[in-house]
Amino acid sequence: MFEQHLAVLPVLLPLIAAPLVVLINKPRAAWLLSTLFVGACVYISFGLVSATMDGGALRYALGGWEPPWGIEMRVDSANAFVLLTVSVIATLVLLFAKESIASEVAHKQLPLFYSAYLLCLAGLSGILITGDAFNLFVFLEISSLATYTLVSLAADRRCLTAAFRYLVMGTIGATFILIGVGMLYMKTGTLNMLDLAERIQAVESHRTINTGLAFIMVGVSIKLALFPLHMWLPAAYSFAPSAVTAFLAGTATKVAIYVMLRFVFTIFGAGYVFEQMNMEIIVLVLALAGIFQCSFVATTQSNIKTLLAYSSVAQVGYIILGVSLVSLTGLTASLLHIFNHALMKAALFMAVGAVFYRMGSVQIIAFQGLGRRMPWTMSAFTIAGLSIIGVPLTVGFISKWYLVTAALEQGNWLVAFLVLVASLFAVVYIGKVIEAAYFKEPSEDADATKIKEVPVSMLIPMWLLVLANIYFGIDTSLTVSAATAGAEALLNGSSLVGGVQ
Amino acid sequence: MMIEFPPGWIIIIGALLIPITQGLLRQAVLVALPVLALTLIWTLPDNALWQTSFLEYTLSPLDFSTVGKLFATIFSLMVLVGGIYAMRTASTLELSAAFLYAGSAIGVTSSGDLISVFIYWELMAIGSTAVIWAGATSSAYKASMRYLFMHLFGGVILMAGILWHIHETGSTEFTALELAGPAQWLILIGFLVNAGAPPFSAWIADAYPEASPSGSVFLSAFTTKTAVFTLLIAFPGTSVLIPIGCFMIFYGIIYALLENDARRILSYSIVNQVGFMITGIGIGTEMALNGAAAHAFAHIVYKALLLMTAGAVLYRTGKRRCSDLGGLFHSMPITTLYGIIGALAISSFPFTSGFVSKSMISSSAAYEHITWVWFLLAAASAGVFLHAGVKYPWFVFFQKDSGLRPEESPKNMQFAMFIFAFLCIALGVFPQPLYDLLPYPVDYEPYTADHLVTQFQLLLFAGLAFFLLLPMMKRTETISLDFDWFYRKLGTKLVTGFGRKVYAVYAKQEQAFVNTLKSLVTHVYDTHKNKPKGSVARMWPIETMVFWVAILLCGYLIVYYI
Repeated sequence: MFEQHLAVLPVLLPLIAAPLVVLINKPRAAWLLSTLFVGACVYISFGLVSATMDGGALRYALGGWEPPWGIEMRVDSANAFVLLTVSVIATLVLLFAKESIASEVAHKQLPLFYSAYLLCLAGLSGILITGDAFNLFVFLEISSLATYTLVSLAADRRCLTAAFRYLVMGTIGATFILIGVGMLYMKTGTLNMLDLAERIQAVESHRTINTGLAFIMVGVSIKLALFPLHMWLPAAYSFAPSAVTAFLAGTATKVAIYVMLRFVFTIFGAGYVFEQMNMEIIVLVLALAGIFQCSFVATTQSNIKTLLAYSSVAQVGYIILGVSLVSLTGLTASLLHIFNHALMKAALFMAVGAVFYRMGSVQIIAFQGLGRRMPWTMSAFTIAGLSIIGVPLTVGFISKWYLVTAALEQGNWLVAFLVLVASLFAVVYIGKVIEAAYFKEPSEDADATKIKEVPVSMLIPMWLLVLANIYFGIDTSLTVSAATAGAEALLNGSSLVGGVQ
Repeated sequence: MMIEFPPGWIIIIGALLIPITQGLLRQAVLVALPVLALTLIWTLPDNALWQTSFLEYTLSPLDFSTVGKLFATIFSLMVLVGGIYAMRTASTLELSAAFLYAGSAIGVTSSGDLISVFIYWELMAIGSTAVIWAGATSSAYKASMRYLFMHLFGGVILMAGILWHIHETGSTEFTALELAGPAQWLILIGFLVNAGAPPFSAWIADAYPEASPSGSVFLSAFTTKTAVFTLLIAFPGTSVLIPIGCFMIFYGIIYALLENDARRILSYSIVNQVGFMITGIGIGTEMALNGAAAHAFAHIVYKALLLMTAGAVLYRTGKRRCSDLGGLFHSMPITTLYGIIGALAISSFPFTSGFVSKSMISSSAAYEHITWVWFLLAAASAGVFLHAGVKYPWFVFFQKDSGLRPEESPKNMQFAMFIFAFLCIALGVFPQPLYDLLPYPVDYEPYTADHLVTQFQLLLFAGLAFFLLLPMMKRTETISLDFDWFYRKLGTKLVTGFGRKVYAVYAKQEQAFVNTLKSLVTHVYDTHKNKPKGSVARMWPIETMVFWVAILLCGYLIVYYI
């Protein structure tokens, strides 16, 4: 019975759990229930990845209404891979959140936190698996509203303005997407992605569709924090509760990137977007500018969460850069980096969250002398930091390798070189933290005797991610084949065309 | 049956074992693992091959060449003796990092493909940086970060080159490469950065002296010599290496002559010695390549020995400047003796290891009738004798009596120095075992009357020059007026004057670069409050964000209508 509903379960499970958690209204039980449901999502995602590995797609007509009239869920190797990333990160962050969130969010709000967390996950999974352009917008709003709530739950009151900035920008982004989808609907009369794809091809170039593309690209660029539309992100990441930042860094922007891929490759078609509209040049320039500007700004930050947030925007630049190369290798590099960056950033933000748990601050001064007092946390930070830099035997190296190969394949040696040089910025900003942790004496106002390592329940998910950083840096068979399959599915569109009866 | 296993990994495993062992057990680990690695290197069957797959490539982390075995041997020996030297004094971090560093260097020597080389290359950068960290001073930390940056930058160039090369040729094999296009040039530059070639020569003397006494011993051996090894494999006979090597030779000499810090003198002299090897690789005949390989072997031994003596002095006195030292032979006679042996070896004194290796390089220049190179090498030999052969031991152990009466160096340090001092002389007197290890058959007799006479003349005149120029060598004293006018004019103009000028130009460029960087940083960063400042680094208000949304939307639309 579950077999046939497999494709819809990643949305359904957290959606069912969210109200249950509020009804239970006890933090511990709420946490346990959420973890069980999210864990089940991981299991299902594994099933979906293996079911779509051969290039096929799972299709599910919601409520028995056949597409294109009803809403369709469809899972292919591209979104199954991102879905797996999202659900794994969600589970690990939940494990981490038990202690971390309890110290950062008011006790009576805890069940609400878990509820919002589940809703956010449901929204993100929905975006990933839906085959309907309007439905995608709906799920986008679900996840965004839940995210604004999550950001605003922190004890630091500045989180409210951060959430408000995020809300304004997120709403503009979602509105733009809605306007764009509306324009497509006006011209084609359909909302089903496959149907849209076919009809857009038939219409060829038309102003309404061109304008629709512009709105959608700008809207999605806000959501995925593409430079220079990224400015909501540093504030939101800096002031949200630590676990929320870890979760968002690993999932939210990644899902938005998936949305971009879906619109560009499936709906509009790579030929239309890149050959006819020459989008790759704009996107390439913005990605490179983002990589350099944000990497540089990251080196100037003293709040480590802000520092990592800027680094996230730069990393988004790498992913988009891979897309803008419009090749199988480039797209593979992007999908790989979606997964790999989720591993490193979630680990880094967890480490920073652990420091906040003990020190109550994430300023660079708080990190001083922690190398000795919190050895596990800081060594996790160091290894994940090496991964960001792209040292061999970590996942960062694999991403860098593919991205540079993709650039060289097209004889674009300048881009290849810029990518490699930009990775040196990471040495500076990660080095700053390592210097403070290992080479400076603890600041005087911190009561040194009190500082000790965080509870094991926080260390385990952090170290699982760190080990994954190393494991997938050495044995790349799983990630590379999944990413290649995903890239092929996106580029060929073969599994998409001719799917509508 | 013997296991077929990359020997470098044994040392890398040691890096993991060191933190969890203590006392005698750790000392056993420090000795046993290098011995095990050495045994493994020499018991491996000739065709030993160990492959694994990574991404879509096949890697061969175990695919020894003859030169590879030679370098692996001296590297393992270096870990062994360095470990004995460092046993008592070095921190856990330093030992562990040194083993990671050395193990990766050995890994490079056994690599059969470029990807393995690159992976080990980066691990070496991390390991060696951690060795400098272990110096545990704030200047050590700063130097280590500059060092790391330099090497990661070199790594970036190397990685770009390797990827490009693989993309162009489809081959990952680590073998002789033609300088056919930018890909191979990038690989060459990547290797040269680690060799300390211009304009990347400064990092050696910047970083190595900041490490702990034992740390700089480890550092002196691996990074530059691994670079020599990779050049030897990938770019033999590449003529552009000849001028690069010659430049390094004189760069090292001039800077070393102007330097006051004992370990910095020796660090500059690394650049100088590596210059000889690179010149040999550039000449590229069988004899020259043999010479480069043999010189790398001999150089590791005597340079480590010299740095061990300098380290022992630093450990006992806490002083590193020549002007603060002197007269130590009174209370550290054994260390003095080893220092002199190392100094003689580096000056290619007959019957030391330096003589049997370096003369092969200069002779090969003569045989190839590259006259200018031969002249430069001959002149440089005199220069080496000046700065390392006489200046270092003279100012540290003799000269004026500084009044310091430190204890003789610890027993384990003495033992380590003894091994290398013994090797310096043994290789000089019986060069045949070393010659047998070389990649090509050796048809060279070092001890001919001609060679000996030439070398003794050279050393004699250089020695004479040193003591005549002595007042100028003391950096703390002014030039005395009653000094013979001829030597003063000639000496000042040729050696000191020219050197100072070069130095001044270099320093000016460097300062300008640093200033540009600084102004860039202060523009966006408030160093007093430790906070970002300026519109670039601060968060933007909502209206600015929305403004950019509008700009981008208009941009897209305009692009569509063009």
